[in-house]
Amino acid sequence: MNLLEIENLSLSIGDTPILKGVELTIAPGEVVGLVGESGSGKSMTALTVMRLLPHLARAEGRVAFDSIDILGASEDQMCALRGDDIGMVFQEPMTALNPVKTIGEQVAEGIRWHTKAGRAEAEERARKILDRVGLPEAKFPLSRYPHELSGGQRQRVVIAIACALKPKLLIADEPTTALDVVLQAQILDLLRDLVSEHRMGLLLISHDLAVVTEMADRLTILRNGEVMEAGDTARTLSEQQHPYTRELALASMHVPARPKPHLAGSAKPLLEVEGVGRDYPGRRKSLFRPAQPIRAVDDVSLTIEPAQSVALVGRSGCGKSTLARMILALDKPTAGTIRFRGEPITGKPESTLKPARRDMQVVFQDPYGSFDPRQKVEKLVAEPLHLLEKQPAKAERREMVAHALQEVGLSQRDMDKYPHEFSGGQRQRLSIARAIITRPKLVVADEPVSALDVSIRAQILDLFAELNQKLGIAYLFITHDLTVARAMADEVLVMHEGKIVERGRAAEVLDHPRSEAAQALVAAAPDLHRAIARRMQEQG
Amino acid sequence: MTAYLLKRIIIAALTLVLASIVVFAVMEILPGDPARLMLGLNASADQVEVLRNQMGLNAPLVLRYLHWAGGLLSLDFGRSYTYSVPVIDLVRERVVVSLPLALIALALSTIIAIPVGVFSASRQGRAGDTLAMGAAQLGVAVPNFWFALILIYLFAVWLRLVPAGGFPGWSAGIWTALKSLFLPAIALALPQAAILGRVARSALIEVLNEDYIRTARAKGLPYRTVLWRHALRNAMIPVLTILGLQFAFLLAGTIIIENVFYLPGLGRLIFQAITQRDLIVVESIVMLLVAAVILINLIVDFSYAIVDPRLRAIPGKVRSGFPSGIAPKQILRAVQRFRETRNRSRGRQ
Repeated sequence: MNLLEIENLSLSIGDTPILKGVELTIAPGEVVGLVGESGSGKSMTALTVMRLLPHLARAEGRVAFDSIDILGASEDQMCALRGDDIGMVFQEPMTALNPVKTIGEQVAEGIRWHTKAGRAEAEERARKILDRVGLPEAKFPLSRYPHELSGGQRQRVVIAIACALKPKLLIADEPTTALDVVLQAQILDLLRDLVSEHRMGLLLISHDLAVVTEMADRLTILRNGEVMEAGDTARTLSEQQHPYTRELALASMHVPARPKPHLAGSAKPLLEVEGVGRDYPGRRKSLFRPAQPIRAVDDVSLTIEPAQSVALVGRSGCGKSTLARMILALDKPTAGTIRFRGEPITGKPESTLKPARRDMQVVFQDPYGSFDPRQKVEKLVAEPLHLLEKQPAKAERREMVAHALQEVGLSQRDMDKYPHEFSGGQRQRLSIARAIITRPKLVVADEPVSALDVSIRAQILDLFAELNQKLGIAYLFITHDLTVARAMADEVLVMHEGKIVERGRAAEVLDHPRSEAAQALVAAAPDLHRAIARRMQEQG
Repeated sequence: MTAYLLKRIIIAALTLVLASIVVFAVMEILPGDPARLMLGLNASADQVEVLRNQMGLNAPLVLRYLHWAGGLLSLDFGRSYTYSVPVIDLVRERVVVSLPLALIALALSTIIAIPVGVFSASRQGRAGDTLAMGAAQLGVAVPNFWFALILIYLFAVWLRLVPAGGFPGWSAGIWTALKSLFLPAIALALPQAAILGRVARSALIEVLNEDYIRTARAKGLPYRTVLWRHALRNAMIPVLTILGLQFAFLLAGTIIIENVFYLPGLGRLIFQAITQRDLIVVESIVMLLVAAVILINLIVDFSYAIVDPRLRAIPGKVRSGFPSGIAPKQILRAVQRFRETRNRSRGRQ
């Protein structure tokens, strides 16, 4: 008998249809993956099961959990189910916990509510489940507050809250998307173990085909609120009968064509980083003793040649973004020098940095946050033009913006639109247009595709490759995603705790990592090929 | 935590010193010779000079400031020019009226505002919310003395429940005394409650959209429980900020309200002292009021640390006095909204 049965579920918010005839079942102990791009209705399906939909949402069809009719249940019945029989884990661990309550309070709260247990008993049970998810008492007493924990640790607390009462069904909505690959692997392992311990059903929602393939027995592929294909994971992905399944699989393994890969040592370096370090003031332990500084970047040296593409990979918090900020002269190193085209840029006044800034541009991760919503595209893309020696006239400026938009695959008519009129992928194209309008020699891209869907991501990677070939732009890709490094980089640098621990040709480092940090990254990185092969093997 | 509190205390003390210099300087610049005023128009120049010497008005500026400021510290405020009694005696008589009045008003405004804010936020956009916020808009716009007049008519003249004005003194019995503070406290509290209620509502609505509210709902807690247990405490930070900022206006309100209700409080004392050019009394009361505002805001700073554990834990990150993360944004937004509300209501007056 199935634990969860969704039949012909349709959902609309106001007049907008979100889901159309969705079908899904989960049996006890089974892991079902729900895959789709953003806006496909994955999260809404999950929230329907929890009955935590937005106010104006209307659901039709049948959702049955343990033979309880979810859509027809009263709010009291739902409160009894939520957190007891159905647990849910959310995407963003940094904001999923109440900042003013201790983790003990937050885990024990659900236990007390459902079991009517006393404080002491509930805390004892909270302690047990926190131990189970890998937060031992010695380091993580119940009195810890969320801000004292890292992202991965917070996600463990969220899982502890969801699993405290051994639910029959756990819904995990992109549980690892905000985490780096090593943490992702740990959290996925934890979820897998919890499923087998309690014969829990798990609905795993993800945009990452590789993650779902590693975890799920069956998968359902959703697009624009409709089920495209559903079935056994290994068979669905190896046969790839549905065109959309094939499209997704191809996009997630996409490697852009770069006919002229760069050969190291062929030119004078464009960027030289020499022994650079950055200290931050640490936490003061006593009023009278100076605080011990925190070394975010420690004695880092690297060079980038013209038209070379370098990937800087490492776990979150390893110092890669700090290093990028110093290269962009947005932060001052506490040690070492950085030279751009032979000229030092460290320790120079802002006014003399103009030429360097013009030839060095940046693309950020979040295409939503990096644009002023009240300005038109023309103004936004033209922003770096003030760095030019000669200010272009208005007509000329429009011409340059139009050209840059064409180069990134947008239309010149887009100039008079506002950022909110574009999709996520188009916005990332806008930020690339903004970056290349001054014809820079180097573009620093900080996780440029990690917020994008796989198909869009493939297109943006193609665009980066094309611009590299056509305009000879050198790249520094900052990422924790090894597939990006493999797809885009000539050379890979592995950073760990502020230091560069390994460097070499991309294929070499990623296929035969030597340092421990690189090995950990490679082992943890989900890989679709590998995952499908393993599934096939398991099933014979 | 200790570093944070210590810093707040030092800042508060410095503010107090700065305020005392400003108050003293303003009083020096104001025209009008208190000695001449005390002796009347017919006094000779010699007589005035003698009195000036006696009152220490001829000493150098810095010395006079130090003498005055030193006196403040030992609660010796000097002698009133008009009453010829120590200012501290005048203050002592009046503060027993004004302090309870201000505290009752502050408590009342919080007690009214928070439930109204919670009520409105939980019914966002529905009839109850519209009604409550309409009432709040009215409360912000209508000046407190007008409320006072309506209250007097309603409760004193018509229902005869409480006296229309005057203060029998605490010796007449606590209940009798409290009864005569009842109407003035409500009149003072209502406009404050209206502003606080609006701030509480918008802060709550913002918090209710946070991810951790969804996490709490996913535990199976009913909406109402989540609102009180999880949302309210997070929404308290902007509310506390506005509470501190508004306290100065509440004190200013007491000057008007005490005159409307014939209450022998500090407000009336300062009002009379200004008309009689009793500068030393004005100075002293202004300094007392300044100290009260600074003290309340110091308490607000302390309560941030109680409400928000992030403040307690990371002394390195509290340079601005606010926890890193959401709090400053929330506070800035709350302050901005509060200013808009206030300016709108001023425009109407």
